[in-house]
Amino acid sequence: MNATIPTTSHYPAAPVDQRIERHTLSVLVDNEPGVLARVIGLFSGRGYNIDSLTVSETEHQKHISRITIVTSGTPMVIEQIKNQLERLVPIHRVIDLTVAGPSLERELAMVKVRGKGEHRVEALRLADAFRARVIDATTESFVFEITGKSDKIDQFVELMLPLGLVEVSRTGVVAISRGPEAM
Amino acid sequence: MSKEMTGAEMVIEALADQGVTHIFGYPGGAVLPIYDAIFQQERVKHVLVRHEQGAVHMAEGYARSTGKVGCVLVTSGPGATNAVTGLTDALMDSIPIVCITGQVPTHLIGNDAFQECDTVGITRPCTKHNYLVKRIEDLPRVLHEAFYVAASGRPGPVVIDIPKDIQFAKGVYTGPQNIKHKTYTPKIKGDLDKIKAAVELMASAKKPLFYTGGGVINSGKEASHLLRELVKLTGFPITSTLMGLGAYPAADPQWLGMLGMHGTYESNWAMHDCDVMIAIGARFDDRITGRLDAFAPNSRKIHIDIDPSSINKTVKVDLPIIGDYAHVLEDMIRLWRSSSMKADKKALADWWKQIDKWRARKSLSYRPSKDIIKPQYAIERLFELTKDKDTYITTEVGQHQMWAAQFYHFQEPNRWMTSGGLGTMGYGLPAAVGVQMAHPKSLVIDIAGEASVQMTMQEISTAVQYRLPIKVFVLNNQYMGMVRQWQELLHGNRYSESYSEALPDFVKLAEAMHAHGIRCQKPGDLDEAIKEMIAIDKPVIFDCVVDQKENCFPMIPSGRAHNEMILGDAAESLEDAITEEGKMLV
Repeated sequence: MNATIPTTSHYPAAPVDQRIERHTLSVLVDNEPGVLARVIGLFSGRGYNIDSLTVSETEHQKHISRITIVTSGTPMVIEQIKNQLERLVPIHRVIDLTVAGPSLERELAMVKVRGKGEHRVEALRLADAFRARVIDATTESFVFEITGKSDKIDQFVELMLPLGLVEVSRTGVVAISRGPEAM
Repeated sequence: MSKEMTGAEMVIEALADQGVTHIFGYPGGAVLPIYDAIFQQERVKHVLVRHEQGAVHMAEGYARSTGKVGCVLVTSGPGATNAVTGLTDALMDSIPIVCITGQVPTHLIGNDAFQECDTVGITRPCTKHNYLVKRIEDLPRVLHEAFYVAASGRPGPVVIDIPKDIQFAKGVYTGPQNIKHKTYTPKIKGDLDKIKAAVELMASAKKPLFYTGGGVINSGKEASHLLRELVKLTGFPITSTLMGLGAYPAADPQWLGMLGMHGTYESNWAMHDCDVMIAIGARFDDRITGRLDAFAPNSRKIHIDIDPSSINKTVKVDLPIIGDYAHVLEDMIRLWRSSSMKADKKALADWWKQIDKWRARKSLSYRPSKDIIKPQYAIERLFELTKDKDTYITTEVGQHQMWAAQFYHFQEPNRWMTSGGLGTMGYGLPAAVGVQMAHPKSLVIDIAGEASVQMTMQEISTAVQYRLPIKVFVLNNQYMGMVRQWQELLHGNRYSESYSEALPDFVKLAEAMHAHGIRCQKPGDLDEAIKEMIAIDKPVIFDCVVDQKENCFPMIPSGRAHNEMILGDAAESLEDAITEEGKMLV
């Protein structure tokens, strides 16, 4: 027995270093008032991580919304997150896309860059290379729209930084499984 | 049945349709229409409390002693916030509660109106589910759905927040129909393949142990009966959590007593050494497991629970079974009976021999006294003098609660009401009022401490008003005993703020509140005093003046494993005489 356990508290000691995994969860919910608050309240209340969260109604007739959450934790915590989510009354289903098979993840960002002369030309050239579209322009600025995996957007934003980046707005990750089947 | 009525009338109609006989509440501006509807009917009896926290604890006592849903009615703002402690308590202990809160009119929500608070926001993390009803058309459905959600699956508290204009609004009431919720569908039947595997694992066990919890009680009397049958059938030993006491009769030889931080030596050692653990309706709480990496290290674990989120929450189990206990236990009994495998008789006999050695330590021993009442002795006498009566016990939280769990031996489920998960001081007195309301002829005793009982003392008035002869049995040691015990253990005997200064004279207090007061200071007078308490047909506050210094043993110290528990003086000295080997174990 380990006799060096500190005895200054009447709670068990915290678990030590465990493997942290990153999972993408799709959560189908009944689109009723407060449902998002229930989901994020669960995460903050139980100390789970939210790396990214997106939400929108996906089936208007059936009042169903889809929440995509990217979270990280130990395998036991990830299992808890799924079970705790499923316990919420207005939740239809929770699908762990990370374990359910191959899936796709994309993000959309709008990136505002301000500059003149060579910087401006370079920004436009890079945007082209990243297949970002210009959706707004003035004589001294662009707003680019870019979609792709999160790391591609990270990279694009980083490149824009020395070229006069002023503002970024990102949607967070949306995800779907590959293949013909619905989840 | 559908007819037109106001929202307030719908509330009463729905309560009556759901079989509610009593609702515990306190009026206020935002629920006046519902109180007006209560005034004009006799089907649902309202119990006026003295504080909204008391209302929820009463509903908990009512629910836990009857197996029915407990109901609460409070006003907006402070009414709702005062109920939060009770709701959290009910959530932690899985008690079915429907709590109706008044709200300011819909057009004022969000305006910081008088007595407004964000009730659904505040109660979201402390309820199983909650509703804000903004349309009268939704009200009948929500009312019935709330009862379904509260009582089904893993039970819990549900809040319905009803703005005042909705209470006045007219709409069409519909009765309870077969509710099939589109998203909420708890699993009841266990997976048969897994149950088969569990039975095989049990048959292969050399050192098996049943570990049961409050879930078995929540599942209903049938689950307790089936548990008894299965335990008898297998011949395995059984221990239980604080919340599970009474599901298995304490007088039975297969019963090892409660386990956990203040559990018996034999149950904790059996837990540590077992090779197959059958956890039923228990959630591996930290008061049970102690040090997680040393918790039953050589066991394979079967975990039966109605709530999937209880599985692998703190302890990894080998065989999870999701389902209602009565259903799963029924399947287990059937499979055990029909299978050719039987328990390993020889191994089991050795296991029992080992358990008997642990039992011989008599871990609950204490040093008796002729001059001063030992708290353990007080509970022992209380048990002896009430065990043959129709008795219900509630408790507050602290040392007295643990002594009650150790020394009051329960034979039946639903007889023991205590705040386990949240550990709410002040739970026991109002809970006793709720129990007595449901069982007017029974003997209902709140085993209390002098510190806890002062938290909800005012509910004595409720008991007096409704002529509920509850007995508040106060183990008065003039300390917040459990706090002091931890200060002795971890904080160098510095009794920071744990002395109960300026205590009231409980006898005079009882009299001032039109109850009956009794004080007892000598062990020799105790039996007579307890008999007097039982005989009096009105609320009694019994001031039992006990040894101030007594601590609660046995005990698993913080951060330790089950086989590192410490015993009290009396059991220690007893042990000196017994074995040398035993010393190594402490």
